[in-house]
Formats: sequence, C-alpha cells, structure tokens
Amino acid sequence: MIPLSFPLTEEHIRALRVGDEIEFTGLLFTGRDAVHKYLARGGALPPGVDLRGGILYHCGPVVLKDPDGAWRVVAAGPTTSAREEPYQAEIIAKFGLRGVIGKGGMGERTLAACAAHGCVYLHAVGGAAQVLAECVNRVRAVHLLEQFGAPEAVWEFEVERFPAVVTMDAHGHSLHRDIEAASRAELAKRL
Amino acid sequence: MRVLQESLIELLRRTSAEMPEDVQRAIARALELERQGTIAESALKIIERNIELARRKSQPICQDTGSILFYADVPVGFDEIAFAAAARQAVRQATANGWLRHNSVDTLTGRNDGTNLGPGSPALHFHQHPSPGTDVRLILKGGGCENVGSQYSLPCERLEADRDLDGCRKVILDAVVQAQGRGCGPGVLGVCLGGDRATSYAFSKTQFLRLLDDRNPVPELDRLEQDILHTANALGIGPMGFGGRTTLLGVKIGAINRLPASFFVSVSYMCWAYRRQGVRLNPDGGIERWLY
Ligand code: SF4
Repeated sequence: MIPLSFPLTEEHIRALRVGDEIEFTGLLFTGRDAVHKYLARGGALPPGVDLRGGILYHCGPVVLKDPDGAWRVVAAGPTTSAREEPYQAEIIAKFGLRGVIGKGGMGERTLAACAAHGCVYLHAVGGAAQVLAECVNRVRAVHLLEQFGAPEAVWEFEVERFPAVVTMDAHGHSLHRDIEAASRAELAKRL
Repeated sequence: MRVLQESLIELLRRTSAEMPEDVQRAIARALELERQGTIAESALKIIERNIELARRKSQPICQDTGSILFYADVPVGFDEIAFAAAARQAVRQATANGWLRHNSVDTLTGRNDGTNLGPGSPALHFHQHPSPGTDVRLILKGGGCENVGSQYSLPCERLEADRDLDGCRKVILDAVVQAQGRGCGPGVLGVCLGGDRATSYAFSKTQFLRLLDDRNPVPELDRLEQDILHTANALGIGPMGFGGRTTLLGVKIGAINRLPASFFVSVSYMCWAYRRQGVRLNPDGGIERWLY
C-alpha cells in the first residue's frame, strides 16, 4: 500500500506502476460529465481554485446539507470514466492534474497524456459508495453548483486514506489493456 | 393501502441497503478463493466492508440505486391499479428518505424531478398465479452494468457461433470478455435463449430472481450455466477487471421459444451490488415473510 498525499509531484507519480495499490490523503476534486465538457471547451474554474498537483475524481456524490449548514457526504463511489475520454487528455495538460480517479479505465489518448504530463489513472472500487464516503472527512468547498447541480458540481473533499489502484501509469502501461488481451487469449483456448 | 405502501417502502429500503444472503455468501466464497495480497483480494474486501457499512447505516449499498423493477405474483382478482398507485407512492417516499437516489431522467428534456416517477419508472410486472398469496419481488438494476449487457442474433459470423448450444456458449462468453470489469464485476449473468428482441431481454432479467446457488432444472441449461461460470472464472478478468479468479459469481440461463427466423441470445449483466429482495404479503398488505 503506497500512501500518497496532496499536492502530488511529478516524481511521486512517475514512481507509480500499474497494479500499485495507493491510499490518498488530502484534497480531492470531483468532476464528471458536465465539468469535463465545460473545462475542455474553454470554461474556467472560479478564482483561487487550482487543480495543479491534484486529482480529479469522476464522481457524482450524494451530499446533504445538515441543519447547521455543513455538507455531509452520504455516498461517493466512482462513475464510469470512459465518457470523459474525449476531454481528459486536454484537461490533464491544461490544468496540471497528477491523477484521475474513476472506474472502468480510459483510452489511448488519456494514456498518452498520462505519459506526456506525468499523470496516473487510479481505479476505485465501483459501487463502494459507503466505504469511499467514509474516507471524506470534510467538504471544503463546492464550485459550479448552481450551474451544474449537485452531482455534476466540483466538490473539494478532504479525504483520508482513500483507496485506489493504479491501472494506467505514466509509463504507457494500462492494466485494462493487458487484462483484456490476456483474457481474450485465454478465451480463445477454451472455445 | 396504507399498510401495503409501508410494506413496499420497507422492501425498497431493505433492497437498497441490505445485500441478500445468497449474494453475501458468494462474495465471501470469492474472497477465500482469491490469492492473498492481490488487488483482487483488496477489491473484494472493500466490497465486503461496503456491504456491512450500508446495512449498518441503512444507506444505499451503491449510489446508483438503479432501475426499479417490481415483479408481483398475484392471485386472481387482485387490484393491480391500486397496487401500482401504492408502489409509486412507496418509491416517492423511499426517494425522499434517501434510499433511492434521484435517478430517473426525462429522456426528452433531460429533466430529473427527483421523484423517480415517470413513464417506465418504476417498472411493474404482474403475473397471476393460481394461489391466494401475493409475492412481490424487487430488483434495483444499476446502470453501469446494464450498459455492458448485450444481445446477439445467431448465427453470428464474427464469433463463428451457430444456432446451437455451442453457439450460445460462444456469444455468452464473448459478452463476458467485452464487459471486462466495466460492469462492476464480479457480476452475475442473466441470460435468455430465444424470444423476440423485447421478450428475450425481459426474460433474461427474470433470471436474477433466482437464488444464486440454485441449480437449473433443465439439464442442458444447467450444464451450460456451470460451463460458462467455470470458463469465465478461468479468464483472469477478476473483480473490477483487476485480474483474479472471480470474474462471475453466477450464471442463470432460461430458454423461451423463438420464431424459426430468429435466434436471439440476450445477456444481462448484474454487478456485484446485486440488489434483489422479495416479500410474501398477507391479505391486508403487511409483510408475512421475506423471500430471500
Ligand atoms: S454497476 Fe452496479 S455497483 Fe457499479 S456503479 Fe452501477 S450500480 Fe453501482
């Protein structure tokens, strides 16, 4: 288990390999479909919000407001990352992301962007909404809430020991590609 | 009506927050089978912990609380209209209580009114049966796994699949390899051989009402189920597609008649968050007992 914390440096990221299990502590930003499209088409983040050295989490959390006005994260599992493939490479380059967390893996363009800019794709356990919500200690802020609604907004979560697996590293390796090729070869033997 | 509605709210809550015992047993068995220190093992441990947390906090196991599919076996003379009204009210209430996410979108306008009610939601399937009891089963079917389901038309040239059981085997295994871990595996396949495009998919979903450890009474189908399960688990896709020994937790296959001109094989994929429960109702609508 490799501990990682915010902010991440290129050196941290280049040291990671496909198959490494990590636990991330620190600031995590959420973003899903609307935000990806928005940022890739030239949209800006509010002043003071800087993704550099950070991780973007493909997640549409369920967040409730307590009577005292504090946000409480009720469920925060990953959503399917493949939908962001058209936008991800550009966002990694433009905003200096060091990591993307999601589920299901991403394609060749994102893999190339990870290698070029020193970024990794981290796979969280799909469906583990409760375990992952428990890792969120505090909601620090939320952006673009009015514009995109709660699940699609950019949430800043302070997380502790958030578990994920490196499935696409900064050296051009993809666990998804390897497993798919190996499983197809195994199947061919059994037909 | 009030009593029935309360029963259905409890059915929705329990289905969303509490994993059925047969599925929990299958996940525990999978965890024993995975090699220690692998990421497959870690993933399954997180899944187990998630199941326990959801139950304890009475919160959704997965945030995608899925399509709401009711299957009601009802006696002759049963008032389906009243039942449908109670089911809709129950869905509205379970959503307000946080057991169901705001999960139903108007396809034309993109609007989500936060009630989970609208054309097709919830989906209600009624079946009359020749007995006085009413059994209501519920499946919450996630979207990520629904997206990796597929339907094949045999013969399928690409896979060299003919119109026979071996052809069925080939296309079902193709669906497994296509899905990889993207349906939040380890998953369960519900398969229908035959039917038309619509009935075939619908029937494949009803396979999820079976217990995971039951055996198919039709010998050919039982053999095919066991074969697909063992073959799929030898492919090394593993939990979440991380690699490992558990790609599927179960395979359930049914067959219905087809037209001479068609031969469909429909494969529905259910994620590990296999949310399915059921109740036997007493005549006043209260819960007599749980079915799973
Ligand atoms: S596929 Fe299942 S476990 Fe995965 S996110 Fe969807 S509902 Fe949850």
